[in-house]
Amino acid sequence: MTLIYKHRLFWPLVALAALLLACTIKRPDILGITVLDGHLFGAPIDILRNSAPLLLVSLGMTLVIATRGIDLSVGATVAIAGAVALTFIASSDHPASVGTALGAIIVALGLCFILGCFNGMLVANFGIQPIIATLILMTAGRGVAMLITNGQITTVASAPFSTLASGFLLGLPVAAIIAYGVYLVVALLVRRTALGMLLEAVGINPEASRLAGVKSKTLVFTVYALCALLSGLAGLIFAANTMAADANNAGLFIELDAILAVVIGGTSLAGGKFNLSGTLVGVLIITTLSLTVTVLGISPLVTSLFKAIVVIAVTLMMSTRLRTMLAGLRERRRFQEASA
Amino acid sequence: MIASEPQQRPSTADAPEPQATHPVVQMTGISVEFPGVKALDNVDFRLFPGEIHALMGENGAGKSTLIKALTGVNSLSGGSITVNGTSTRFNGPADAREHGISTVYQEVNLCTNLTVAENIMLGNEPRRFGGLDWRSMRRQATVFLKKMGLNIDPGSSLGSHSLAVQQLVAISRAMVVDAKVLILDEPTSSLDTDEVKQLFTVMRQLRQDGVAILFVSHFLDQIYAVSDRITILRNGKLVQERFTRELPQRELVSLMIAGTSDAQVGQAVARNAKEARSENAQPLLQAVGLGRKGAVQPFNLDLYAGEVIGMAGLLGSGRTELARLLYGADKADEGTIELGGAKTKLRTPRQALGHKIAYTSEDRKGEGVVGDLSVAENIILGLQAARGWTRPLPATKASQIVDAYIKALGVRPANPNALLKNLSGGNQQKVLLARWLATAPKLLILDEPTRGIDIGAKTEIMNLVSELAEQGMSVVFISAELEEVLRLSDRIVVMRDHTKVAELPRTDDVDVPRLIEIIATGEETK
Repeated sequence: MTLIYKHRLFWPLVALAALLLACTIKRPDILGITVLDGHLFGAPIDILRNSAPLLLVSLGMTLVIATRGIDLSVGATVAIAGAVALTFIASSDHPASVGTALGAIIVALGLCFILGCFNGMLVANFGIQPIIATLILMTAGRGVAMLITNGQITTVASAPFSTLASGFLLGLPVAAIIAYGVYLVVALLVRRTALGMLLEAVGINPEASRLAGVKSKTLVFTVYALCALLSGLAGLIFAANTMAADANNAGLFIELDAILAVVIGGTSLAGGKFNLSGTLVGVLIITTLSLTVTVLGISPLVTSLFKAIVVIAVTLMMSTRLRTMLAGLRERRRFQEASA
Repeated sequence: MIASEPQQRPSTADAPEPQATHPVVQMTGISVEFPGVKALDNVDFRLFPGEIHALMGENGAGKSTLIKALTGVNSLSGGSITVNGTSTRFNGPADAREHGISTVYQEVNLCTNLTVAENIMLGNEPRRFGGLDWRSMRRQATVFLKKMGLNIDPGSSLGSHSLAVQQLVAISRAMVVDAKVLILDEPTSSLDTDEVKQLFTVMRQLRQDGVAILFVSHFLDQIYAVSDRITILRNGKLVQERFTRELPQRELVSLMIAGTSDAQVGQAVARNAKEARSENAQPLLQAVGLGRKGAVQPFNLDLYAGEVIGMAGLLGSGRTELARLLYGADKADEGTIELGGAKTKLRTPRQALGHKIAYTSEDRKGEGVVGDLSVAENIILGLQAARGWTRPLPATKASQIVDAYIKALGVRPANPNALLKNLSGGNQQKVLLARWLATAPKLLILDEPTRGIDIGAKTEIMNLVSELAEQGMSVVFISAELEEVLRLSDRIVVMRDHTKVAELPRTDDVDVPRLIEIIATGEETK
């Protein structure tokens, strides 16, 4: 029992269960899954689909944070990806063709990758503090997106492209399949190769790692490029969901949600040891929160307050200092009882 | 296992007759556990008023842990602590301090940007009308400074004083709360001889005033100069408690080191003089006019397989900087390096590693240890870095390598999954050596591998270096201790003011005084 209690994901999982439980109490049938036209429907499926963009962004963010960095520009990258893809489709002759949709995806992801390389260059090669380096793209990025869309909210109709968000494959939402598939691939890549260990070494002690022969610059560069690429993919799912490129609001504040998900998952902002399964739980908690708010009928006015309370509760329970304090109190009480 | 019960108090010439026969601190059956490590196992310890009590042991013996157990930094998994006859358990150093137990650490934990007076009175500031009473603060601070024999302006900033003065200020600060017990954890490691004397004078004065002092130091001479009683720990267990005057130095060392007979101590390593290199031997590495502005003046150096090159020189003489150029840790801005006769650029550690050159930094914590990774991960880090991230070391091979080195170097605890930060300094050093040896280097550069570690680990590491050279490795050995350099090296390079001033083969007429002469004057007296 004590082992389960001490597991680093114990409290985040309790929080997730509590949120789902709150929903079930209010609406007992909420966790049911129904089959319609061979597609699965229901709240759990919604959570999976809605969590897709955040999961992709948080995945990249976890790796960046592991190297002692942070990427504030992911929201802007989400907006740019959507703007590029939809503008590409809008300006093509056959907006509804599969080829156009594929072209849009490739061009958008390519540009995001280049932006990621820009971040990586600033941090790894020029040694600019990550928070400053990515702040540049965070503020400038939405301007770039505006430039691409000419300040309009570009709306297009392209059935192949919208499949990204609303399509189903084998009964499951395409968006969820993409996000969770990518998650699995990255998780395997990180833990089956030596990438994870080397990233952690760089995050824990950069100079010792450099002297041990680790190519820390290349690694740091790579995670920023990867993070932007994943954010771009998230941006495509966002855009496909609304089929409208909104340079101002697409992916707004997603960087904060992603950082939250990483922290809730138990990865320290100080870098080093990281925990991808924790990030997944963090993403699910944040996505489920939105569902809970709706189901419980909490007024939109206090939604952010409710979110904050849940986040504070989870992070407090995970704080080692608080836990040592509690353990100390218990020990003291035992000691006093014993000596009394 | 306590050998000699102190029936009577020590009557060393300068030790006062005891006022009290009851210990001020009594620790009984203390056990402390960390994940994967049993740091203390059923240890008894006691401290009498008016004595200087030395706590001795190798790295990892449990000295720091015992101190932390007393001051409440580490929680106990067993045992009890009695202070002044009452059963107690402290919350942390601040709590212990309030109860008269003050600690002064190895690294001075003061605010160098505050004044001396502010540092001394921090947390005990005299107040008036809701604000600080600055005048009274200075006056009180001056009283404490006087006690230490310090005649400095309490209004001067702490950072403007030498480390020794800062150390004494730290002790003054400890005395503000009217400490009954003063813990000095390696206070002398950054002090020079005169400063150590000054510290000892203060310690003897405090002893006269009835303060119990717990003293930790790696320097045996200092222990014998100042302490009354010695408690020896080994591997987290109590070995003996003895009067200093009844314990010969040699016996003390053998009690600290497990499985070492008296005869081995002190002459652990004495490398046989090497037979002369054959005339046409090719140097493994040849540095020609290699230099870096502000770090090392251009120098020439040939390194041969199977040879140990010792580097002597003071701290800041350029010995570390030279080593870093050979490894590519810093870029040289002039000169060339030839490896096996071919000109080679060494711009990054990675390139050096590719050429089978390895380097352990003198800054073990900052540039060697990756504390939150396990022992196993730390060992394979260099090997893995050389392979690149796409080709992970197969798990079975990795564990073979890790187990082999843990065994060969005697890493304690022998647990590959323990986090490296939980190991003692000496054992961390062994893990770092394992990291480099696993890459099968042809040239191994060791910068102060024996600094801050105990005699046992020192001996093991020096024996290892000697063995490696025997097997044909070229070794560069940098140490501040000239004895060590002399014992190990085939040739000795002397650095002074960022310049290589001498290169001598080790012959019978090269001894410590001669090296000191060269270091001091930059030239040899013929």
